[in-house]
Amino acid sequence: MRHDSPVARFWADFSRSPVAVLAAIVVLVIILLALCAPLVTPQDPYDLANLVLRDARRAPGYVGTGGYSHWLGTDSQGRDLYSAIVYGLRISLQMGVIASGSAFAIGAVVGCAAAYIGGRFEAIVMRIVDLQLSFPAILLAFVIAAVLGQGKYQLILALVFAQYAYFVRTAHGAAAAERQKDYVEAALSIPLSSWHVVTRHILPNAMPPLIVVATVQVASAIALEATLSFLGVGLPPTEPSLGMLIANGFQYLLSGRYWISIYPGVALILFIVSLNLVGDQIRDQLNPRLQR
Amino acid sequence: MAGFILQRLWQALIVIVTMSMLVFAGVYAVGNPIDVLISPDVTQDIRAAIIAQYGFDQPLWRQYLTFAGKLLQGDFGSSFVYNMPVSQLILSRLPATLELTLLAVLFASAVGIPLGMYAGYRPHGKFAKTVMALSILGFSVPSFWFGLMLIMVFAVQCGCMPAGGRGATESLLGIEWSFLTLDGLTHLWLPALNLGLFKFALMIRLARAGTREIMLSDTVKFARAAGLSEYTVLRRHVLRLIAIPLVTVFGLELGSTLAFAVVTETIFSWPGLGKLIIDSITSLDRPVMVAYLMLVAFLFILINLTVDLAYLFLDPRLRKGRA
Repeated sequence: MRHDSPVARFWADFSRSPVAVLAAIVVLVIILLALCAPLVTPQDPYDLANLVLRDARRAPGYVGTGGYSHWLGTDSQGRDLYSAIVYGLRISLQMGVIASGSAFAIGAVVGCAAAYIGGRFEAIVMRIVDLQLSFPAILLAFVIAAVLGQGKYQLILALVFAQYAYFVRTAHGAAAAERQKDYVEAALSIPLSSWHVVTRHILPNAMPPLIVVATVQVASAIALEATLSFLGVGLPPTEPSLGMLIANGFQYLLSGRYWISIYPGVALILFIVSLNLVGDQIRDQLNPRLQR
Repeated sequence: MAGFILQRLWQALIVIVTMSMLVFAGVYAVGNPIDVLISPDVTQDIRAAIIAQYGFDQPLWRQYLTFAGKLLQGDFGSSFVYNMPVSQLILSRLPATLELTLLAVLFASAVGIPLGMYAGYRPHGKFAKTVMALSILGFSVPSFWFGLMLIMVFAVQCGCMPAGGRGATESLLGIEWSFLTLDGLTHLWLPALNLGLFKFALMIRLARAGTREIMLSDTVKFARAAGLSEYTVLRRHVLRLIAIPLVTVFGLELGSTLAFAVVTETIFSWPGLGKLIIDSITSLDRPVMVAYLMLVAFLFILINLTVDLAYLFLDPRLRKGRA
């Protein structure tokens, strides 16, 4: 019997899968790049003073007017594509984290409340959630984004609306199982207040499945955001995420200038696949049925 | 049991009415459609006349009542842009989406199920691992990105497939179809592949999980003991047993295929319903947006209702308990 801290035990299990470790490193590197975007890029792609039209649509490796090489080429306005991708990742990540974080908070509160209060409230909430889960998330997000129009906050609202039901479902399932357990009854009979029991006892024990859902949902929020921006119902042109970079390059794809669309897409997929692999590994680790 | 059915119908009705209000209120909030309809240099009188003609001067709730009343008679109004009844417009675009969806689903099951069954039959082989990696990719890669890749590889690099459009069509029963002509088929192939990818990955997973489970059952042991060939065991016994969950998911997923058709049709400029809705959003064509959204909501409620009722007949516990 080892007496390591939970974090150390978690890491010991996690590091057993080389694929998951690699994926985690990729995720961390991408997050770091996105956070330090101004420090690691040769130009600010959205400062118009930096853009030279003569540099537009150049192939990867071209040495532009700025005196440095554009390793991933330039887009239709002479933007360094590498810089645009890093800044785009920043926006995509921001959208994914804000949307999933809000959905997480709403889901945890509503799910736990439904499980704790029970009765008619639980029945109505879960019926609404079930109904919503029977619609595909992309369709819901698309409809809301279309109805609200372009904009950062509108898009976040659409993503939250498309995702919160997964969190409610998960939190409710976990919290309902905890609610039945003796330690909750014991805590209530001391008596501790309902608020104390829910926040200090039920919620922490319902956390692991929520964390798993969260990693997967961040990835899906980023993919969803990219899809909506690609379709033109997502972010406005002033907030160019990866999806919009890909959409802008789409028209040049047919004339063989593949890099404008392809490299942002590679960055997007690398990030999504890595996040999913990390999420898969955490899920396997937290699943008691797979424990030795 | 009649009570259960009535309860579900009642719920469906409430959802439809709520949806129609939400959609109407939401779509109303987007821009002012009158600016799309008339040029800015017309006189105030003509402007006022047109506003009155479309009823935009009425309060929102009255516009909704007029709208709902017409909706009940199957009248969705006229498209601002195409200047034709919306129901006609949607009907004219429906066949394109329909043949695309059907081919995508057909491809997903005809290729995905055998691959998944084989992966479940020999779960530790190299081929099975490749198939599973393929399905993970199918789940992770965003649909629009896969579409771009298809265009780049098949249309730009090798030039053997068209990048978009519907190609030549042939008339059958008064409707234009692409799959009846060779040119139409080459146009249909890439979008269908794109649309079917997610379902393909899903079918592989389901077929593999089902096959793995059933290969361990007594049915298979007895069939083998009776001297049946492995192929016959798989086809006659395993396939039949895994078919039930496959069919259920298949039905449920038909709706989401329609949702993803929006993405695929935009990329391949496929003139179906999805392209229509994207175009109508950019041009603020209000009646078309409302009609499309209502149609999709209705379709989903219908699918869910059918699934609920089907379970009712399949599961005797539901029949007794919830009535």
